[in-house]
Amino acid sequence: MIVPYGHVYLLAGMVFSMGLVCTLARRNLIMTLIGVEIMMNAAAIAFVAAALRWQQLEGQAFVLFIIGVSAAEVAVGLALILGAYRRTGSVDPDSYNILKW
Amino acid sequence: MNIYAVTFYLIAAVILAATALAITQRNLVHAVIYLIISFLGTALLFYLLGAPFLAAVEVIIYAGAMMVLFLFVVMILRVEKAGEPKFRPGQWGPAILLGFLFLLVVAVLVFKDPGSRATLQKAVAMPRDFGHFVLQRYFLALEIISFLLLVALLGVLHIVQGKGRERTGEPS
Repeated sequence: MIVPYGHVYLLAGMVFSMGLVCTLARRNLIMTLIGVEIMMNAAAIAFVAAALRWQQLEGQAFVLFIIGVSAAEVAVGLALILGAYRRTGSVDPDSYNILKW
Repeated sequence: MNIYAVTFYLIAAVILAATALAITQRNLVHAVIYLIISFLGTALLFYLLGAPFLAAVEVIIYAGAMMVLFLFVVMILRVEKAGEPKFRPGQWGPAILLGFLFLLVVAVLVFKDPGSRATLQKAVAMPRDFGHFVLQRYFLALEIISFLLLVALLGVLHIVQGKGRERTGEPS
Protein backbone atom coordinates (compact mmCIF):
# COMPACT_ATOMS: atom_id res chain seq x y z
CA MET A 1 0.00 0.00 0.00
CA ILE A 2 2.52 2.60 1.07
CA VAL A 3 6.08 1.85 -0.07
CA PRO A 4 8.47 -1.10 -0.03
CA TYR A 5 9.77 -1.85 3.42
CA GLY A 6 13.38 -1.49 2.30
CA HIS A 7 12.93 2.13 1.29
CA VAL A 8 11.99 3.17 4.83
CA TYR A 9 15.00 1.28 6.15
CA LEU A 10 17.24 2.96 3.61
CA LEU A 11 15.92 6.35 4.73
CA ALA A 12 16.70 5.43 8.33
CA GLY A 13 20.19 4.33 7.31
CA MET A 14 20.83 7.59 5.46
CA VAL A 15 19.73 9.69 8.42
CA PHE A 16 21.84 7.53 10.73
CA SER A 17 24.96 7.93 8.60
CA MET A 18 24.41 11.70 8.53
CA GLY A 19 24.32 11.70 12.31
CA LEU A 20 27.47 9.58 12.32
CA VAL A 21 29.29 12.05 10.07
CA CYS A 22 28.11 14.94 12.26
CA THR A 23 29.35 13.24 15.41
CA LEU A 24 32.71 12.34 13.92
CA ALA A 25 33.57 15.45 11.95
CA ARG A 26 32.30 18.48 13.81
CA ARG A 27 34.62 20.18 16.28
CA ASN A 28 31.95 21.45 18.62
CA LEU A 29 30.52 19.52 21.52
CA ILE A 30 26.98 20.76 20.88
CA MET A 31 27.09 19.53 17.28
CA THR A 32 28.41 16.20 18.52
CA LEU A 33 25.41 15.87 20.80
CA ILE A 34 23.11 16.84 17.92
CA GLY A 35 24.66 14.05 15.87
CA VAL A 36 23.81 11.55 18.59
CA GLU A 37 20.24 12.87 18.58
CA ILE A 38 19.99 12.39 14.81
CA MET A 39 21.19 8.80 15.16
CA MET A 40 18.57 8.05 17.83
CA ASN A 41 15.92 9.58 15.60
CA ALA A 42 16.98 7.30 12.76
CA ALA A 43 16.69 4.28 15.03
CA ALA A 44 13.18 5.41 15.95
CA ILE A 45 12.23 5.59 12.25
CA ALA A 46 13.48 2.04 11.74
CA PHE A 47 11.51 0.79 14.74
CA VAL A 48 8.25 2.38 13.57
CA ALA A 49 8.74 0.91 10.10
CA ALA A 50 9.33 -2.53 11.59
CA ALA A 51 6.23 -2.18 13.74
CA LEU A 52 4.18 -1.48 10.62
CA ARG A 53 5.85 -4.26 8.64
CA TRP A 54 4.97 -7.01 11.11
CA GLN A 55 1.84 -5.34 12.46
CA GLN A 56 3.15 -5.58 16.02
CA LEU A 57 3.00 -2.82 18.60
CA GLU A 58 6.34 -3.70 20.21
CA GLY A 59 8.25 -1.49 17.80
CA GLN A 60 6.22 1.56 18.72
CA ALA A 61 6.63 0.81 22.44
CA PHE A 62 10.39 0.75 21.96
CA VAL A 63 10.28 4.11 20.20
CA LEU A 64 8.67 5.50 23.34
CA PHE A 65 11.61 4.21 25.38
CA ILE A 66 14.13 5.54 22.86
CA ILE A 67 12.61 8.99 23.17
CA GLY A 68 12.76 8.82 26.97
CA VAL A 69 16.39 7.72 26.99
CA SER A 70 17.42 10.37 24.50
CA ALA A 71 15.68 13.07 26.56
CA ALA A 72 17.70 12.02 29.61
CA GLU A 73 20.86 11.86 27.53
CA VAL A 74 20.38 15.36 26.15
CA ALA A 75 19.79 16.82 29.60
CA VAL A 76 22.92 15.25 31.08
CA GLY A 77 25.03 15.95 28.01
CA LEU A 78 24.11 19.62 27.89
CA ALA A 79 24.80 19.97 31.61
CA LEU A 80 28.24 18.42 31.12
CA ILE A 81 28.92 20.79 28.23
CA LEU A 82 27.94 23.73 30.45
CA GLY A 83 30.27 22.49 33.18
CA ALA A 84 33.13 22.05 30.74
CA TYR A 85 32.49 25.50 29.32
CA ARG A 86 32.67 27.01 32.78
CA ARG A 87 36.02 25.39 33.38
CA THR A 88 37.68 26.13 30.07
CA GLY A 89 35.64 28.83 28.36
CA SER A 90 35.30 26.86 25.16
CA VAL A 91 33.25 24.08 23.60
CA ASP A 92 36.03 22.94 21.29
CA PRO A 93 37.17 19.50 22.41
CA ASP A 94 40.74 20.46 21.48
CA SER A 95 40.87 22.95 24.35
CA TYR A 96 40.28 20.32 27.00
CA ASN A 97 43.93 19.65 27.73
CA ILE A 98 44.22 20.18 31.47
CA LEU A 99 45.63 16.69 31.91
CA LYS A 100 48.26 17.25 29.22
CA TRP A 101 51.73 18.58 30.05
CA MET B 1 2.37 5.04 -6.99
CA ASN B 2 -0.52 6.24 -4.88
CA ILE B 3 -0.90 9.27 -2.68
CA TYR B 4 0.77 7.56 0.28
CA ALA B 5 3.90 6.73 -1.67
CA VAL B 6 4.14 10.29 -3.02
CA THR B 7 3.75 11.63 0.51
CA PHE B 8 6.40 9.28 1.81
CA TYR B 9 8.99 10.27 -0.76
CA LEU B 10 8.26 13.96 -0.24
CA ILE B 11 8.68 13.62 3.52
CA ALA B 12 11.85 11.57 3.05
CA ALA B 13 13.31 14.29 0.80
CA VAL B 14 12.46 16.96 3.38
CA ILE B 15 14.05 14.95 6.21
CA LEU B 16 17.22 14.23 4.27
CA ALA B 17 17.64 17.81 3.04
CA ALA B 18 16.99 19.34 6.46
CA THR B 19 19.37 16.94 8.20
CA ALA B 20 22.10 17.50 5.61
CA LEU B 21 21.75 21.26 6.00
CA ALA B 22 21.74 20.95 9.78
CA ILE B 23 24.98 19.03 10.05
CA THR B 24 26.87 21.36 7.73
CA GLN B 25 25.85 24.71 9.23
CA ARG B 26 28.57 26.60 11.05
CA ASN B 27 26.05 28.77 12.87
CA LEU B 28 24.65 26.67 15.68
CA VAL B 29 21.30 28.44 15.79
CA HIS B 30 20.70 27.71 12.11
CA ALA B 31 21.70 24.10 12.66
CA VAL B 32 19.16 23.71 15.46
CA ILE B 33 16.39 25.33 13.39
CA TYR B 34 17.06 22.98 10.47
CA LEU B 35 17.02 20.10 12.90
CA ILE B 36 13.58 21.16 14.09
CA ILE B 37 12.37 20.89 10.48
CA SER B 38 13.93 17.44 10.27
CA PHE B 39 12.17 16.29 13.43
CA LEU B 40 8.83 17.70 12.27
CA GLY B 41 9.29 15.71 9.06
CA THR B 42 9.98 12.64 11.16
CA ALA B 43 6.76 13.27 13.06
CA LEU B 44 4.86 13.39 9.75
CA LEU B 45 6.53 10.13 8.78
CA PHE B 46 5.40 8.51 12.03
CA TYR B 47 1.87 9.68 11.32
CA LEU B 48 2.06 8.21 7.83
CA LEU B 49 3.39 4.92 9.19
CA GLY B 50 0.45 4.58 11.54
CA ALA B 51 1.76 5.90 14.85
CA PRO B 52 -0.20 9.08 15.65
CA PHE B 53 0.70 9.01 19.34
CA LEU B 54 4.41 8.77 18.57
CA ALA B 55 4.04 11.63 16.08
CA ALA B 56 2.63 13.82 18.85
CA VAL B 57 5.38 12.71 21.24
CA GLU B 58 8.02 13.45 18.63
CA VAL B 59 6.72 16.97 18.12
CA ILE B 60 6.38 17.66 21.84
CA ILE B 61 9.62 16.13 23.10
CA TYR B 62 12.08 16.20 20.21
CA ALA B 63 11.06 19.28 18.26
CA GLY B 64 9.70 21.11 21.27
CA ALA B 65 11.59 20.34 24.46
CA MET B 66 14.99 19.12 23.31
CA MET B 67 15.59 21.62 20.57
CA VAL B 68 14.52 24.49 22.82
CA LEU B 69 17.01 23.16 25.36
CA PHE B 70 19.71 23.19 22.68
CA LEU B 71 18.75 26.75 21.71
CA PHE B 72 18.94 27.90 25.32
CA VAL B 73 22.38 26.37 25.78
CA VAL B 74 23.62 27.90 22.55
CA MET B 75 22.40 31.29 23.71
CA ILE B 76 23.85 30.87 27.22
CA LEU B 77 27.25 29.90 25.87
CA ARG B 78 27.29 32.69 23.26
CA VAL B 79 29.05 30.37 20.87
CA GLU B 80 26.73 30.83 17.92
CA LYS B 81 29.38 32.85 16.14
CA ALA B 82 32.33 31.06 17.69
CA GLY B 83 35.10 30.39 15.25
CA GLU B 84 34.86 26.74 14.54
CA PRO B 85 37.59 26.08 12.01
CA LYS B 86 36.40 26.02 8.44
CA PHE B 87 35.93 22.90 6.38
CA ARG B 88 38.88 20.64 7.11
CA PRO B 89 39.32 17.84 4.59
CA GLY B 90 41.52 15.92 6.98
CA GLN B 91 38.65 15.76 9.41
CA TRP B 92 35.61 15.47 7.17
CA GLY B 93 37.20 13.01 4.72
CA PRO B 94 37.45 9.98 7.00
CA ALA B 95 34.09 10.77 8.58
CA ILE B 96 32.28 10.94 5.24
CA LEU B 97 34.12 7.81 4.09
CA LEU B 98 32.94 5.94 7.17
CA GLY B 99 29.41 7.22 6.67
CA PHE B 100 29.36 6.02 3.07
CA LEU B 101 30.76 2.64 4.05
CA PHE B 102 28.04 2.27 6.64
CA LEU B 103 25.39 3.34 4.15
CA LEU B 104 26.74 0.86 1.58
CA VAL B 105 26.54 -1.98 4.08
CA VAL B 106 23.01 -0.97 5.04
CA ALA B 107 21.90 -0.82 1.40
CA VAL B 108 23.41 -4.21 0.58
CA LEU B 109 21.90 -5.84 3.66
CA VAL B 110 18.48 -4.31 3.11
CA PHE B 111 18.19 -5.06 -0.59
CA LYS B 112 19.63 -8.56 -0.42
CA ASP B 113 16.74 -9.50 1.80
CA PRO B 114 13.73 -10.44 -0.36
CA GLY B 115 11.46 -9.47 2.54
CA SER B 116 12.43 -5.85 2.02
CA ARG B 117 10.38 -5.68 -1.17
CA ALA B 118 7.18 -6.40 0.69
CA THR B 119 5.05 -3.30 0.61
CA LEU B 120 3.87 -1.98 3.93
CA GLN B 121 0.20 -2.39 4.65
CA LYS B 122 -1.66 0.58 5.98
CA ALA B 123 -2.54 0.26 9.64
CA VAL B 124 -3.05 2.72 12.46
CA ALA B 125 -2.34 2.08 16.14
CA MET B 126 -4.83 4.28 17.89
CA PRO B 127 -3.41 6.00 21.00
CA ARG B 128 -5.95 4.18 23.16
CA ASP B 129 -4.83 0.73 22.02
CA PHE B 130 -1.20 1.76 22.20
CA GLY B 131 -1.59 2.97 25.78
CA HIS B 132 -3.31 -0.23 26.82
CA PHE B 133 -0.56 -2.27 25.17
CA VAL B 134 2.32 -0.36 26.78
CA LEU B 135 0.81 -0.27 30.25
CA GLN B 136 -0.09 -3.95 30.17
CA ARG B 137 3.10 -5.41 28.71
CA TYR B 138 5.83 -2.89 29.46
CA PHE B 139 4.77 -1.41 32.74
CA LEU B 140 8.10 -2.15 34.44
CA ALA B 141 10.12 -0.68 31.57
CA LEU B 142 8.00 2.44 31.74
CA GLU B 143 8.74 2.80 35.44
CA ILE B 144 12.45 2.28 34.80
CA ILE B 145 12.37 5.04 32.19
CA SER B 146 10.72 7.37 34.66
CA PHE B 147 13.42 6.56 37.22
CA LEU B 148 16.03 7.22 34.56
CA LEU B 149 14.54 10.65 33.97
CA LEU B 150 14.54 11.34 37.70
CA VAL B 151 18.20 10.30 37.98
CA ALA B 152 19.05 12.48 34.99
CA LEU B 153 17.32 15.43 36.64
CA LEU B 154 19.27 14.94 39.88
CA GLY B 155 22.51 14.49 37.97
CA VAL B 156 21.96 17.67 35.98
CA LEU B 157 21.23 19.61 39.16
CA HIS B 158 24.42 18.29 40.75
CA ILE B 159 26.58 19.02 37.71
CA VAL B 160 25.30 22.51 37.04
CA GLN B 161 25.14 23.65 40.67
CA GLY B 162 28.83 23.06 41.27
CA LYS B 163 28.84 24.70 44.73
CA GLY B 164 31.14 27.46 43.53
CA ARG B 165 34.19 25.25 43.16
CA GLU B 166 34.42 25.24 39.37
CA ARG B 167 33.92 28.86 38.52
CA THR B 168 37.58 29.57 38.07
CA GLY B 169 37.58 29.38 34.32
CA GLU B 170 34.82 31.90 33.73
CA PRO B 171 35.60 33.48 30.37
CA SER B 172 35.94 37.20 30.27
